[in-house]
Amino acid sequence: MNQLNRRELLASFLAAPVALNGCARREPLPPLPPGEIVGASAAVGHRLRQSAALELADDQWQRARVVIIGGGIAGLAAARTLLRAGVDDFVLLELEDAIGGTSRSGTGDVVSYPWGAHYVPAPTRENLPLVELFDELDVFEGVDERGDPVVAEPFRCRFPQERLFYKGRWYDGLYLWAGASADDLRQWQAFQREIDAWVSWRDGRGRRAFAIPMASGSDDPEVTRLDQITMAEWMDERHFSSDRLRWLVDYSCRDDYGLRLSETSAWAGLFYFASRRDVPGGDSRPFITWPEGNGRIVSHLYRQVKSQCRLGWAVLDVNPGANGIEVIASRYTDSTLAGWRADKVIFAAPQFLTRFMIRPYCETVPAHVSEFQYSAWAVANVTLTTPPQSRDAPLAWDNVLYESPSLGYVSATHQRGMDYGTSVLTYYYPLCAADPVTERQRLLDTDRDAWADVVLTDLEVAHPELRQTALRLDVMRWGHAMIRPTPGFVWGGARQAASRPFRGIHFAHADLSGIALFEEAFFRGMTAAEQVVAELQV
Amino acid sequence: MNRTVTLYLNVFVIATCGLVYELVAGTLASYLLGDSVTQFSTCIGVYLSALGVGAWLSKYVQKSPARTFIEVELAVAVLGGFSAPLLFLCFAKLAVFSVALYGTVFGIGVLVGLELPLLMRILKDAMEFKDLISRVLTFDYIGALIGSLLFPILFVPNLGLVRTSLVFGILNALVGFWGTWILESTISGNVQLLRARGVLALVLLTIGLIKADSFTTLAEDQLFSEPVVYAKTSSYQRIVVTQGPSGFSLTLNGALQFSSLDEYRYHESLVHPAMMSVVEPRRVLILGGGDGLAAREVLRYDSVTAITLVDLDPAMTQLSAEFPPLARLNHRSLFDPRVHVVNADAMLWIEEVGEPYDVIIIDFPDPNNFALGKLYTRRFYRLLRRQLHDAGAVGIQCTSPLFARTSFWCVINTMEDAGFRLHPYQVPVPSFGVWGFAVAKHGDFEPPSRVPDNLLFLNSSVLAAMFSFPNDMTRVETEVNRLDNQALVHYYDDDWRSLR
Ligand SMILES: Cc1cc2nc3c(=O)[nH]c(=O)nc-3n(C[C@H](O)[C@H](O)[C@H](O)COP(=O)(O)OP(=O)(O)OC[C@H]3O[C@@H](n4cnc5c(N)ncnc54)[C@H](O)[C@@H]3O)c2cc1C
Repeated sequence: MNQLNRRELLASFLAAPVALNGCARREPLPPLPPGEIVGASAAVGHRLRQSAALELADDQWQRARVVIIGGGIAGLAAARTLLRAGVDDFVLLELEDAIGGTSRSGTGDVVSYPWGAHYVPAPTRENLPLVELFDELDVFEGVDERGDPVVAEPFRCRFPQERLFYKGRWYDGLYLWAGASADDLRQWQAFQREIDAWVSWRDGRGRRAFAIPMASGSDDPEVTRLDQITMAEWMDERHFSSDRLRWLVDYSCRDDYGLRLSETSAWAGLFYFASRRDVPGGDSRPFITWPEGNGRIVSHLYRQVKSQCRLGWAVLDVNPGANGIEVIASRYTDSTLAGWRADKVIFAAPQFLTRFMIRPYCETVPAHVSEFQYSAWAVANVTLTTPPQSRDAPLAWDNVLYESPSLGYVSATHQRGMDYGTSVLTYYYPLCAADPVTERQRLLDTDRDAWADVVLTDLEVAHPELRQTALRLDVMRWGHAMIRPTPGFVWGGARQAASRPFRGIHFAHADLSGIALFEEAFFRGMTAAEQVVAELQV
Repeated sequence: MNRTVTLYLNVFVIATCGLVYELVAGTLASYLLGDSVTQFSTCIGVYLSALGVGAWLSKYVQKSPARTFIEVELAVAVLGGFSAPLLFLCFAKLAVFSVALYGTVFGIGVLVGLELPLLMRILKDAMEFKDLISRVLTFDYIGALIGSLLFPILFVPNLGLVRTSLVFGILNALVGFWGTWILESTISGNVQLLRARGVLALVLLTIGLIKADSFTTLAEDQLFSEPVVYAKTSSYQRIVVTQGPSGFSLTLNGALQFSSLDEYRYHESLVHPAMMSVVEPRRVLILGGGDGLAAREVLRYDSVTAITLVDLDPAMTQLSAEFPPLARLNHRSLFDPRVHVVNADAMLWIEEVGEPYDVIIIDFPDPNNFALGKLYTRRFYRLLRRQLHDAGAVGIQCTSPLFARTSFWCVINTMEDAGFRLHPYQVPVPSFGVWGFAVAKHGDFEPPSRVPDNLLFLNSSVLAAMFSFPNDMTRVETEVNRLDNQALVHYYDDDWRSLR
């Protein structure tokens, strides 16, 4: 890449001083470490949109009581629920050749690492299905005084959990305490009080304002009203002007939703803070994590339902008819077609795909479908010869850069207890500088080498040795990474409309909750399957 | 300045430098090969005889003594200047070291021995013979005196051995370089070429001085009160050995691990209570303890058939096996056929369960960072329990109950929380202060009342007393140290900070 292009590239993805600094280096840069773009979905996705009329011979058809479309957490949870209810005549079709969707993980020589989701806040006792699932994963040891399950040591996020890089130094924690003025601290406390007020808030039926899964929280207008304004407006109304406080909330919105503070619904912004706190003034629920992130949950679920799963099969057409639903899929390695005639379909792929796949939707797209907008993310896994070097605060699990539009990196080797030698960092970059369509294009227009350069230039600010120690750098481009909870989306009706079954097709995906969380995906998959089981029995 | 006077200065510097090289060699040799009396006398003997050889050889210098004089001076500068770095490099291998040592001592001796006769020949026409002899020898001996005083008082404490030898090399080369002007009239042949050589020698030595950091950093040399005789940055840590008048010390990342003077107190206390809590211990696991000293104590027991020693750093275990002073101190324990060395992070190694061990000795450095703190967590101790035989015992070092009281009890409380039954104890180890340990088992037990005979420190009455704690060290409540809170590292920081 020539110098001018490189300058434009870095300027487009990184803060100006970093980009300038990245370009200013005179000596020839060391060659980029090897690596590739992971995942096939973009190419397959395009085929989806172009699929012409598909004709299948009789012998290409099979029967199944249920077809599950999509092997993310929602699809896997649906499959598990079916099996547990005694329904084993089903097939799960996943277009990627790896299971797990946005919770999938990769395997390296020393450690596995996440490609997307990397932690789950410990569930409380109320979330029984999750408690049961995590019990199977040996995550708990006993219960605490309130009766909530206690997360066993190896699965709790290892200390230090997070640190923040600001102007050449690492600081402990995510809030920039160093140099905070009296006013900053006052605002910080006032913000915590606002959150606490929501933590203790209950509606007439005794429901929390923000609960996990979100469907178990309140739909009282006092709560849903928050969805009409942005988080930035909510903060303005309360005169939360402190830079570092706004940074933290903005960071949280980018981290959980891939949205800026000014785009996030205040409902979603507050959900992030209030749903994880049990009692006012209490700590957040501890994080459960594995080196490969939620990939561990994926492998566990996959083991249970493996024989029903077909990987590398993209569903192209879902056609509800008088004698059940016809599902046509194509194997992406050789374009073989196959069809299933099913009583029920669980659509566990993102909602925006319905308009390309569900035949009646292709003809007339329901209004709610286009309301589903997704943020674009890039994730890179960087293998290093040695752990990143740093003075000041020592390496943490989550390492955040205050001045970067990226979210920094999570260390897989840290959670694994590996403190020396080869280490793996997972770098997260939500593209939220413009509207999602533009950003998606920018994501896909940027190739592996360009991404590698962006990642290294960004991290080099904190770790100047990084280019010398990087052994490998792979990139995942998530075009539709996360549903965007912008104002009006969560409580505006589209979500509710999309969740209603359509002629035997039941919907299950985290996007139906308006927030991309493991618990939501699991809950949607489980409840869709429960409905299907109930309907199959009558 | 008068030419003759400057030449006296030459004599003076040469003598100082020669003696300093000699002292560097002697120090390193006595350290590495042990027995300083023998080492110093052999070094001095070799040096003095080499001086004689040099003097004898001087008669074969026919043409231009002045030119040869300068050449020899530059050669001494380079050889002497690089003697300490060279010997540092040869440290790991004893055979190579002896050759390098006596080779350099001899070489330097011959060259220095050549110089005086040559100088006298240069000056012989300038003055009377009796004056010449008296002045030259006077300056020679004064130089030696100054060298022998500056070396221990000024140079080694401030610059360390490597830099001292290089600095004297540079001084030596400068004088030689200067000599090309003073003696210009008497030098035959191309003076410029000679000067070029002088520049080359100076450049080489200066580069050496700049690169000296790869042996020891200046800060390190100034930090340790005793000379650094070995230093290496492995992939895991900084290993530094310092040598004092009567013993040596090992530090890892600046933290003292032992002093050869009183390490027996520490290692006997660490090992024997656990070993004596088990009948006929056969299989022993040592975690940490790459110095081989705990293994030495374990090997006293004839019942022991296998010792697995897990230490993170291959550089450390290799040093213990091959570095003569350390190998002497640990009785070459790492070469014992019963000892199997594994280089791995104990936290990861311990996850794999094999045949259980009768005794486990834990000798990790103090928990002063999170990578060490994880080896003191409840998680670690739970994994440890799976490695311990039903009737087995653990002996563990848990830092000082006096200086780091909260940390000490945090280790004890954490092990209890992990399900161990423990008897903590404390002993005085002069170079550390009061030090704390514990012996632990799966179930209730009585602490041992006997130790092997012939130990240097422990006997049954010391044993009986050490399980009680004076009032300033008694138990305090602490949190349990877990991977997700690393409470111990925080306690440890606080404990030591409050001492400063
Ligand atoms: C970068 C990133 C980080 C995240 N971090 C976290 C986190 O830390 N914690 C957390 O709780 N959540 C996180 N999430 C949110 C994560 O999306 C959810 O946790 C959860 O994995 C969503 O699961 P899902 O099954 O609803 O959807 P997806 O994961 O989107 O699964 C849908 C599946 O459908 C498949 N599919 C699509 N079209 C077809 C077709 N035509 N035919 C067949 N299959 C098809 C896809 O390939 C995919 O596997 C993160 C997401 C991303 C992108």
